[in-house]
Order: sequence, then structure tokens, then C-alpha cells
Amino acid sequence: MSIFEYNGSALIAMVGKNCFAIASDRRLGVQLQTVATDFKRINQVHDRLFIGISGLATDAQTLYQRLMFRHKLYQLREERDMKPETFASLVSAILYEKRFGPYFCQPVIAGLSDEDRPFICTMDSIGAKELAKDFVVAGTASESLYGACEAMFKPDMEAEELFEIVSQALFSSVDRDCLSGWGGHVFVVTPTEVKERILKGRMD
Amino acid sequence: MSQAAIDVPKGGFSFDLCRRNDMLAKKGVQQPSYRKTGTTIVGLIFQDGVILGADTRATEGPIVCDKNCEKIHYMAPNIYCCGAGTAADTEAVTDMVSSQLQLHRYHTGRESRVVTALTLLKKHLFSYQGHVSAALVLGGVDVTGPHLHTIYPHGSTDTLPFATMGSGSLAAMAIFESKYKEGLTRDEGIKLVTEAICSGIFNDLGSGSNVDVCVITKGHKEYLRNHLSPTPRTYVSAKDYTFSKKTEVLLTKIIPLTEKVEVIEAGDAMEE
Repeated sequence: MSIFEYNGSALIAMVGKNCFAIASDRRLGVQLQTVATDFKRINQVHDRLFIGISGLATDAQTLYQRLMFRHKLYQLREERDMKPETFASLVSAILYEKRFGPYFCQPVIAGLSDEDRPFICTMDSIGAKELAKDFVVAGTASESLYGACEAMFKPDMEAEELFEIVSQALFSSVDRDCLSGWGGHVFVVTPTEVKERILKGRMD
Repeated sequence: MSQAAIDVPKGGFSFDLCRRNDMLAKKGVQQPSYRKTGTTIVGLIFQDGVILGADTRATEGPIVCDKNCEKIHYMAPNIYCCGAGTAADTEAVTDMVSSQLQLHRYHTGRESRVVTALTLLKKHLFSYQGHVSAALVLGGVDVTGPHLHTIYPHGSTDTLPFATMGSGSLAAMAIFESKYKEGLTRDEGIKLVTEAICSGIFNDLGSGSNVDVCVITKGHKEYLRNHLSPTPRTYVSAKDYTFSKKTEVLLTKIIPLTEKVEVIEAGDAMEE
């Protein structure tokens, strides 16, 4: 068993027109046993910046706490929020620091810049950044997510359409993965608002 | 205070989790695979400088995780470096040396030399005995002329008129060995580099997608991102996907974002 498969997860971020969506499943398991069905994998860093962390849940939470700590220090020192690009570099540096004893996590970062330009990015467990213009995926369902997103994505979607595409891509992939599922958690961020939605999915 | 100082690291690797991870490994947990750049990277010297080339595929095991990544890294205005191996290592090692070179330029006020970059890279790689798995092709033009080097993960280096690296290196070298000659023109050089990368793209499964080229001449460089896309997408569906039933939403929470306030500083509001 790979350590990424211990808890199970599915994460996806997709870009639309001046907006983005980031979504995850809600299952927390211990191998094949489901432990929680309302697990939070996506966290808000500041108003317009989100991070979802797939992989081993214990590491995901530790990593999230360290990242928030560093972001708060940055806010105190600079009196502003981090740009998504800067935050991605921070995550990458923190992960690469543990190059020879890594956190077993794959983060997905999505944010809106000051000019309302969406930014999405994912990394492997040692901080190799992958910047994409369309979508990024992570977690145990990532293989099927690649396929679903590749087929369903189209450029310049509006917020509502983006939500529908992301949710459908998430569910169609998660249904082919034993280790993730039990509904979804979707954030759609536009320049004016954050819309958080909890989705109903299969419960097996 | 001391706790906070521990949490904000000053640089260098941390081995905190090694024991735990070894324990997990002993219990039969498979270690994770890292993002690699399967990669074909090449470089050659032509009549007025150096040309570097790379494909744009990044893989994680058998999965293509990035179809258009950048493998030609900036080192200095006159030096670039192609990276193959573990993606995080090539990225980190080139970024680190590039910042050391920038500081060195501020200190000396002179253009960086390729040998300086080469020494910094090989020193780092040798000290980690191959555990930092970066295989590099370093090229640039400095006061002493054009230079091309290859650097292996263990820290050994070569100085060559034409070089290839990565899993597609054999396919690319086959093209170079049969067609390279001294004193190529710029256009001939770009064509040969493109052909070598294409050979990697088509014959090596670890390499794919597009061709990136970087031409460095005395006092000038040209980064041709996606110079050639030999394998365009053929499976774009003309019709959109439609869903007969909308996604079932259990709960919606809308958080309005505060509008950004533009602060216009008055010219002489405060005394200078």
C-alpha cells in the first residue's frame, strides 16, 4: 500500500473566466474503513486564496498549521495578504526542506490575484511546482480526475457553469475510486464573493 | 520565542520526519513516487554561441502530470540550464545557484561565467552523493566564449561541443552523432536541436509534447518557448458535455468579499 492511500482523497481546482473553483471529496478513511464523512481537506488561507491538501491526513493538518503560521507572520510583517504565487513558493520551500523525509501530502493551491486573475497550482510531496492554465488534480482519484477534467474542461467558463463542470468531474472520478467519495465540498471564488457548497454524492 | 525560531527555518534540509518515514517503510508502506521529468534535454555549440533544447513532459510514474512544463531554467542573463531527473531537485538546485550567481554579480559587478555556475552546481550535487537527483545540461556565453557542460547527479561533469541528457538522451544523441558538424549557423543549429528533441519525443515514452529552444549568443539570448508542437491535440469534442441532472447541493454558503479600497496618497499630506 502506498502511504497516499491510507486516508484517501480527491482534489481538483479549475480555472474559469476571472474565477476559479476548488473542490474535494469529504471522506476520511483508515484504509478501507470510513471514519468520517464530513472531513475538511480545503482550507481558506485568506479571502481569495485556498489550499487543499491530499495525502496522509495527519501530515496535511500539520502542514496546514505551519503554512497558516507562516502566512500570519507575513501578514504582520508586510501588512498585506500573500499573493497566490508567493504562497505557492512558500509551500514549495516548506515541502522541499523535507526532501529526504517528506510530508506525505500533495497540495493544490488556488487563488485570485489582485487583478482578479485566477492562479492554480499543484505540487508533489517534495515541492515540485506544476503551474497549469486549465486545471490541476491530486489524491487517490487523480488518475480518473485527469481524464474527466481533460474531457470536460473548456476555457473561459462563468462561475455557475464552472461549478457544474467541477462537480460532475469530481463525482464521475470519485465513483471509480474506493478510497474517496461521500459527497463533495466545492468553493467557487469570483472577484465579488466566495460560494461554498456541500454536495450530495454516493454513500458507498 | 525559541519555538518560533525553530519553526521559521534558516535554510538547509530538515530530517525531522526521516525516522517516522523509515518506521512506516519498515511496516511495509510503499514510499511515494516523486514527479520526474522523464525528459530529453540537449545542447550544442554553434558558430556564435550555444543552443539549448528540451521537451515539455513531466511524469509521475506512468502518468503524464504536466503536458507543457518548462525545463530550460534561467541561471543568469547569459546562462541557462536544462534539467532532467526529479523535478523538485532540478528546480531547487537551479534556483539556488541562480540566486548565488546574482549575489556574486552584485558583489563583483561583472557578468557571471559559465564555469562559476558549473562549480557551484557540481559542488552541491557532489556533497549530496547523488541523492539530489538532478542531471543537467548547462550552457552559456561569457567573456571566454561559448560553453556547454553536462552535470551528472553525483557531481561529475563533461565539457562537450554537443550534449544530451535524460531518458531520451540516446535517441537525441543518435541525431547529433549523425548530423552535428562544427560551425553550424543559427538556423541549422535550431533545426538540429529541434530534430534531436523530436527524436526523443517520438522514441522515448518519458519525453513528449512540445519543443522548447533557447539560443544564447554574445550579449543576447532568445527563449523560444514552444518552438514546435509536433503532437497537437486531436480529440477535442465539438459538442459540450451536458448533464441531464444538476448536481445535488445540500448546503450553500455565500461569503461576500469586501471590495478592495484604493488608497490614493495625497502628495504633501505628511511632511517629508
